[in-house]
Amino acid sequence: MFRNALGKTFRFLGYTVQYGCIAHCAFEYLGGVVVCSGPSMEPTIQNSDIVFSENLSRHFYCIRKGDIVIAKSPNDPKSNICKRVIGLEGDKVCTSNPSDFLKSHSYVPKGHVWLEGDNLRNSTDSRCYGPVPYGLIRGRICFKIWPLNDFGFLRASPNGHRFLDD
Amino acid sequence: MAQAQGFGRRYIKAFFKGFFVAVPVTVTFLDRVACVARVEGASMQPSLNPGGRQESDVVLLNHWSIRNYDVQRGDIVSLVSPRNPEQKIIKRVIALEGDIIKTIGYKKKYVKVPHGHIWVEGDHHGHSFDSNAFGPVSLGLLHARATHILWPPKRWQKLQPMLPPERKPLQKEQE
Repeated sequence: MFRNALGKTFRFLGYTVQYGCIAHCAFEYLGGVVVCSGPSMEPTIQNSDIVFSENLSRHFYCIRKGDIVIAKSPNDPKSNICKRVIGLEGDKVCTSNPSDFLKSHSYVPKGHVWLEGDNLRNSTDSRCYGPVPYGLIRGRICFKIWPLNDFGFLRASPNGHRFLDD
Repeated sequence: MAQAQGFGRRYIKAFFKGFFVAVPVTVTFLDRVACVARVEGASMQPSLNPGGRQESDVVLLNHWSIRNYDVQRGDIVSLVSPRNPEQKIIKRVIALEGDIIKTIGYKKKYVKVPHGHIWVEGDHHGHSFDSNAFGPVSLGLLHARATHILWPPKRWQKLQPMLPPERKPLQKEQE
């Protein structure tokens, strides 16, 4: 009877390891469900919304301007940030505040992206910590799942004026 | 006839069962626990690749030990290059967050490493594309810690964290 219990425990552990590995591969290479918190992406994503993020784009390097991405925070690698890509490498971005009299621009360095939240007034983003290395991006948010009255693909940026054309 | 078909189906079933167990477990192991990599370039001479292109070192990269971003000064780590996300670079950690160090050829002579960042340098100064070129790197770009040299056999050794005395930080925030 003891050997039966031992056999059952090992089989349970084996299944746990196997499903854990499948879950890791799915989230790392395909995508997963993410719960967002914070006001920095309002009105596109509200606090406690549930979204689906796909992780294929970052492996194939086809993140575009205007995509909403999840990235590791540059100042705290254990937490994630959710922002919109305003500029890719080589793009010109506006680094000054709207209230500044003199506008300042700079170019996004190679291998980096410029991220900004949709809620410009309440968002710490690249305007605060500078361009973010592409290697920190975890996935691209493509779809909102919850709340159901807002189900579907995510809207375009409400801040079209932040996208500068060369 | 029916018996042979039964055997064939059983083999196919066993193959797929094995495939769906072996592939995710192997991929997760190589991503999360440890993997092996060949070192290219001269930026870490003489610690790594002293023989140049003829005999590249092969190192064991340990992901598990940095799962909490716990690095020490002097560790040899591999990270995603901030300039080219498709490339991994291998360098030594010189300073942790809060340290003030003197730079070699960086745009600022003295740098205080910001929160959540580290300063990395190659041992072969002047032939290394490191923090002296691109500044402090975010800890989120950390890929693995190099713990052993596995090949060539005569260079089989455990890599000890060693900070060159002339590169010690001028002021440490934490001990």
